Amino acid sequence: MSEGGDIIRFRELKKAFGPKVVFDGLNLGVRPRETLTVIGGSGTGKSVLLKSLIGLLHPDAGGIDFKGQEITYYSERQFLDVRRQVAYVFQGSALFDSLTVGENIAYPLREHFPKMDRRELAERVARTLKMVNLPGIEGMYPADLSGGMKKRVGLARAITTEPEVILWDEPTTGLDPISTRIIEDLILRMKAELGCTSIVVTHDMPSAYYVSDRMALIANRKIVQVGTVDEMQHSRNSDVRAFLDARLPRAESRGVGA
Amino acid sequence: MSTGPTVSRPDERESIAGLVGEQLEQLLPFRHRARNALDALGGCFLLAARALARGFRPPVDLGALLYQVESLGVRSLSIASFTAVFAGLVICLQFGFFLGRFGVGHTVGKVAVLTIFRELGPVLTALTVGSRIGSGIAAELGSMNVTEQLDAIRALGADPVKKLVSPRIWACIIVLPLLTVLADVAGMVAGAGVVNFEYHIPLVQFYESALDTVNLKDFFSGVGKAVVFGAIVGAVGCYQGFQVRGGTEGVGRATTETVAVASVAVLVADFFLTKLLLLVLT
Repeated sequence: MSEGGDIIRFRELKKAFGPKVVFDGLNLGVRPRETLTVIGGSGTGKSVLLKSLIGLLHPDAGGIDFKGQEITYYSERQFLDVRRQVAYVFQGSALFDSLTVGENIAYPLREHFPKMDRRELAERVARTLKMVNLPGIEGMYPADLSGGMKKRVGLARAITTEPEVILWDEPTTGLDPISTRIIEDLILRMKAELGCTSIVVTHDMPSAYYVSDRMALIANRKIVQVGTVDEMQHSRNSDVRAFLDARLPRAESRGVGA
Repeated sequence: MSTGPTVSRPDERESIAGLVGEQLEQLLPFRHRARNALDALGGCFLLAARALARGFRPPVDLGALLYQVESLGVRSLSIASFTAVFAGLVICLQFGFFLGRFGVGHTVGKVAVLTIFRELGPVLTALTVGSRIGSGIAAELGSMNVTEQLDAIRALGADPVKKLVSPRIWACIIVLPLLTVLADVAGMVAGAGVVNFEYHIPLVQFYESALDTVNLKDFFSGVGKAVVFGAIVGAVGCYQGFQVRGGTEGVGRATTETVAVASVAVLVADFFLTKLLLLVLT
């Protein structure tokens, strides 16, 4: 799992929120330019994994490496460099309500490239909006957009700094089938056009099968299996089978039966 | 006869142990609450200190500060003046009435204006405007918190304390003293009017009597308090907003809690500031 060529590596990660243990020795390696989908039930810590990578949450023990550097104990200032290279597409888009779409997308550019002039900013914003198939909506406010459009603007804001890694937190949850397909195609395009590495957190299995190079399942506070779509679909691991076949784990079904 | 007390001893011991246990159990939640309150107080101070310092770290965002001054201050003008006018009317009616009883009704100007400048102006402004501003800040930042916008700011390479907290606390520090000056003037004018109307004391006499006693120290002691009250209101609002957990319900809780905590904090701070200013200025 933890091969030498990994761009991101989670090593023996441990994390608990009060009495609730989320990770207990989680290991995962992500290869450059791959789309890795992390699947697992609700509350298994999929988003916690993504947030730990850019320092929004801090693990209790274990390590996280990015491009061979240990970043686990980076300060907020040191994480700035990681955050410039690793973009986060939030589950609820997390667009700033008080700013227009254009200002939202320009936000990370202003932070990371303070010397960029207005014309270049406007050009970059327009170019990014075109990439997500929403040209010319710079002047609109987030409240005027549909759920799918918000997701795409959220993506535009994340990729405008041309990151190497994109973290997708439940990108298709709550979207209609057409918006879902648009987002899925965008995930594939980001890899094809920008050469990005993507970690997609989801429990939407059709999406996971469609976009993944590899998939990883979180269960019992660990990664229980990593493999290609085919390998996962034919896996004999009981946790993988239980999740993919939407069965309750054995102990739980016994509990329900009793 | 002598065995009586010996027999009852174990029972007594048990009952004492039970009583102590009961008391301890009652104390524990109190200790827990006290520790939480101290944590919150420390967190609030830390947040305020960081925000005040980071406000000066380049690039200084004057646009954000002016926006906050406008949205927190200018939009509070009506509530500040309305409160001050009625506070001035009431205080002058009361003072006029009972100073008249002692036959010194003509001194109402001194007493009323001193009260307005030193206490009523800053404290009432902090309680009414402060509650409005503080709860507004808590609701706004709390909503940003539950919709992951605070996380987004960090993920996009910015510092939420510098971006959101600094302009708000600095705006509160600027706005509350200015609104206090407005409240002082509004309360004084309204008070002079009602004294003239009710007790037939001429306006000139009211102001001359006030000017005889009230000096700049009185005025600035009130305005100085408002600076501290501004910092308290801003810091409590921002801290509560940042602490929101549990979705929209949490936002509601933070908003109401901000009003309660900020009001109590203003009144407690007022006592200590008054004592300090009396020591320093007299």
